[in-house]
Amino acid sequence: MASVELTNVRKVYAGAVEAVKGVDIAIKDGALCVLVGPSGCGKSTLLRMIAGLESITDGTVKIDNKVVNDLGPAERDIAMVFQNYALYPHMKVYDNMAYGLRNRGMPKDQIDKRVREAAATLELTHLLERRPRELSGGQRQRVAMGRAIVRNPKVFLFDEPLSNLDAKLRGQMRVEIKNLQRQLGVTSVYVTHDQLEAMTLADILVVMNAGAVEQIGAPLDIYEKPASTFVASFIGAPPMNLIPITADESGLILKDGTRIGAQGITVSDKDAIIGFRPEDLEVATGTESHIGGLLLDLKVLGVEPVGAESYVYGIIGGERVVVRVAGRSVSQPDDHLRVIIPKEKLHLFGGNGKRI
Amino acid sequence: MIQNNPIGRLIAHIVLIVGIMIVAFPIYYAFIASTQSLQDIMRPPLSLLPGGHFWENYTTALFGGIGRIGGVSVGRLLINSTIMALAIAVGKIIISILSAYAIVFFRFPGRMVFFWLIFITLMLPVEVRILPTYKVMVDLGLIDTYTGLTVPLMASATATLLFRQFFMTIPGELVEAARVDGAGPWRFFKDILLPLSKTNIAALFVILFIYGWTQYLWPLLMTNRNDMTTIVIGLRKMISFADADTEWHLVMVTCILAILPPVLVVVLMQRWFVRGLVETEK
Repeated sequence: MASVELTNVRKVYAGAVEAVKGVDIAIKDGALCVLVGPSGCGKSTLLRMIAGLESITDGTVKIDNKVVNDLGPAERDIAMVFQNYALYPHMKVYDNMAYGLRNRGMPKDQIDKRVREAAATLELTHLLERRPRELSGGQRQRVAMGRAIVRNPKVFLFDEPLSNLDAKLRGQMRVEIKNLQRQLGVTSVYVTHDQLEAMTLADILVVMNAGAVEQIGAPLDIYEKPASTFVASFIGAPPMNLIPITADESGLILKDGTRIGAQGITVSDKDAIIGFRPEDLEVATGTESHIGGLLLDLKVLGVEPVGAESYVYGIIGGERVVVRVAGRSVSQPDDHLRVIIPKEKLHLFGGNGKRI
Repeated sequence: MIQNNPIGRLIAHIVLIVGIMIVAFPIYYAFIASTQSLQDIMRPPLSLLPGGHFWENYTTALFGGIGRIGGVSVGRLLINSTIMALAIAVGKIIISILSAYAIVFFRFPGRMVFFWLIFITLMLPVEVRILPTYKVMVDLGLIDTYTGLTVPLMASATATLLFRQFFMTIPGELVEAARVDGAGPWRFFKDILLPLSKTNIAALFVILFIYGWTQYLWPLLMTNRNDMTTIVIGLRKMISFADADTEWHLVMVTCILAILPPVLVVVLMQRWFVRGLVETEK
C-alpha cells in the first residue's frame, strides 16, 4: 500500500512526438484513480510509465515516496491487469497466478496458500486446473485479477480491463473491481475510455486530452463543474449541450441572430459558449412570473423513448441539443417548445473553451 | 468437400489408390528383393512375395561388413547418418530459435543488419559455398569428423525466419505481463517462449532431420574413411557399374534400412505436433 505521485511527467517519442505533456497527479494511499480520455490522449502511455514498461522522458514517478524512474517493472512492486488479460496460454490457471511468486523465489507452501486465498476471493477455486482457453471472457478477466492480487503489490494498474467483455458482464465486473479494491485497500490506477466506468469507479478522476490533464477531481465535482468544454462534452451521457453565443451590452445573441432573454446572467467575454446538461432543462408553461435563467426556443427533431426516460433531440439557435425527459415525452417532430435553463444549472465557457 | 455422389467417390478412390501404388510399389519391391538371395534376384522375373532370406540378409548387412563399402557394416553407417541428422536438426533449431529471439525481442545496434545478413544467406545454399567451406574444414583438420559433417550445415536462415514470424505473433502484452511478473529475458525464453514454440519445433525437427538424413554432396566431400561415411553415400558405393559385382540383395536391405529412420521420425513426431497444435493457443 502506497501513495503514487507524478511530477511533471513527460513522454517524448523519437521523432519528437510528445505523447504526455507534463502531468502532475498525486494519488493518496488506497485511492482508486481513473485516467479517462479519448483514444490517443496518452492515458495508456502514462499508465505504462507508472508500470515501468515505458521509459520516462522527463519528470519523476514516485511510488510510496520513492522515485522509481530507473526501476524495472518487477522492482516497482506493482501488478498490472491488461486489456487482453495476457494470460500465459500454456499454463494452468494455478500456474498463471503462481508464476510471479515463483520468480520471486517464494517458498512453495507459501505460494500455494496465497494462490488458494486469491482464488477463493475471486471464486476461481474450481478452475485452478484449467487452461486459459477453456475459460470464458469473464473468467479470464478474473484470473488476470487473481494474478495481480496474489502478488500483494503496492499498486494495481488496470489498462482498460473491461473493454473486451460484453455490456452486462462489464457492469458486473465493474462492481466487483470496485469492491475488491475497497476490500484490499490497494492504491490503484485505472485507465478507460468509458466515461460511465470512470464516473462509477473513481475516487479521483483525471480527464486527459491530447497528452495533457484537463481536469482532476472527484467524479461528481467534475460532472457538476467541468473545467472546459472538452470535459463537459466527454463526461456524462448524453453529453452536455454546448451552444456558442456572442454577448453585447443588451444581452446574449445566438449564432442564428436570435436574442435571448437572460435574466441576471452577465457574460464578460464577447464570444462565449453556454452549456447545460440534458436533464437540466425545464419546459416553460407560460405562467412563470420570474424565469431566473435563459428562456430558449427549441424545435423538436425527434424523440427517442428508452423506457424510464426519453431523449428529445432538437435545435436551439442552429445547434443540435439533447434533452432528457423523465417518463414519456408527448413532443412531436416540428413542435416548438419554450424551455428554461435555470441560472444555477447553466455552465459558461469562454471562447477558448475554459470555464468562466 | 464431402460428396455423396457414388461415381465421384469411386473416381476419387481410384485416383488415390493408383497414386498410392505408384509411390508404394517400388518400396514394396525393394523390400521383396531384400529378402531374396542374390541368385534369385539375378534370375528374373522376381517373385512378388517375400523370399526366405530375411534374417540372413539383414544380419549380414547390419553386422557383417560389406566388401564394396570397405568392410564396414550398414549398422555403422546408420549410426553415422543418425548422428549427422540429429546434430543438424537439433543444432539448427537451437541456433535459429536463439537468433530469432534476439532479433525479435531485443533492441540492439545493428539488429536489422544482422537480420538482413541472415536473410541473405538464404541465397547461399551449401552447394554454392561448398568449395570455400571445404577449404576451411580441411584447414581446421575436420575431415572425417562429425563436427566437420554437421557444423557447416547448421546455420539456417529458413528456420530463423520461421521462428521470427512466429515470435512476432506473440502479443506484446504477454511479454509485458512476464516482465511485470519478474521474468528476466532468460526466464521468459525458458518458461513462456519455448513451451509456446513446441509445435514449431516439432515441425521443424521433422523437416530438418530429413534434410540432414538425405545430405549427399557434403558427406561425399567430407569423408574419406569408410567408417565415417553415411548410409546414403554407402548405398551409392555398393552399386557397381558392372552389374555382376553388385550384391543387389544387400543393396535392397540397405535401401529399406535407410528409409526406416526418417519414416519413424515422421510418424512419431507427427502425432506429437498434431497434439501440440490442438493444445496451444496464442
